[in-house]
Amino acid sequence: MQHATLSSPQLDAIFAALADPTRRAILSRLASGDASVNELAEPFDMSQPAISKHLKVLEGAGLVSRGQDAQRRPRRLEAKPLAVANEWLERYRKYWEANYERLDALLEELKAADTPKRRRTRGK
Amino acid sequence: MNPTKTAGTLDISTPSDREIRLTRVFNAPRKLVFDAYTKPELLTRWMGVMPGWTWAVCEIDLRVGGMFRYVWRGPDGFEMGMRGTYLEITPPHRIVSTESFDQKWYEGECVETVTLEENDGRTTLTMLLRYDNEAVRDAVLQSPAATGMEAGFTNLAALLPTLKG
Repeated sequence: MQHATLSSPQLDAIFAALADPTRRAILSRLASGDASVNELAEPFDMSQPAISKHLKVLEGAGLVSRGQDAQRRPRRLEAKPLAVANEWLERYRKYWEANYERLDALLEELKAADTPKRRRTRGK
Repeated sequence: MNPTKTAGTLDISTPSDREIRLTRVFNAPRKLVFDAYTKPELLTRWMGVMPGWTWAVCEIDLRVGGMFRYVWRGPDGFEMGMRGTYLEITPPHRIVSTESFDQKWYEGECVETVTLEENDGRTTLTMLLRYDNEAVRDAVLQSPAATGMEAGFTNLAALLPTLKG
């Protein structure tokens, strides 16, 4: 339930990949179209090997794949694993939102029960 | 439906590869939130109370090294249980515990750190979940400051809409 069934090594790899700001930026870039390693390296102040390293992590998580073009080897965003991660987070969110709304109600009750015990010196 | 305006917004982020952080503001002093988290008669009023599910066991031994045990009974009598050990208790400010499920949703254990900050009678609750065996060890050794600090602050929820094609 709260730690839904999708918490697999794959999901771990996805969240690990997403924990890095450069890799998130790479994904955002790929969301607007396929790109070669060179093209991806351009906006970052980073060497090509450094970018390749990040791409390897993203590929390992299944978030990025390689295109057919042997020359450019364009990288492509794979949306499905992200959807899986998102689904997991959404389920998680719904579960805790529901919990905390019940907790809101309970806290109101506890506050009300608490008030008469205190000295009623305050106006409100 | 009946949307409650008073309900705070739940913020979920993944600050590192093994962590999930939930943040939520409650319109109550933290003493009450702490109680609601640690007293069985209160916890059973809100946590995991889903349609078709009831609490079967809620035991809390609130001391360092003490255990908690939660079991919910669902449709067809299916039971879902979790347990853990308290690593640190600082009322009404912080609770650190391990937790693991009877059904193995994930490998190893998870360390949960619940922090309550009070401001003007409102309480900000932060729940940080850190997964994995290695992480369990790290979290215990390093203290929670380290676990929360390294903030690459991935807000996946915010990121995803920009990635959807």
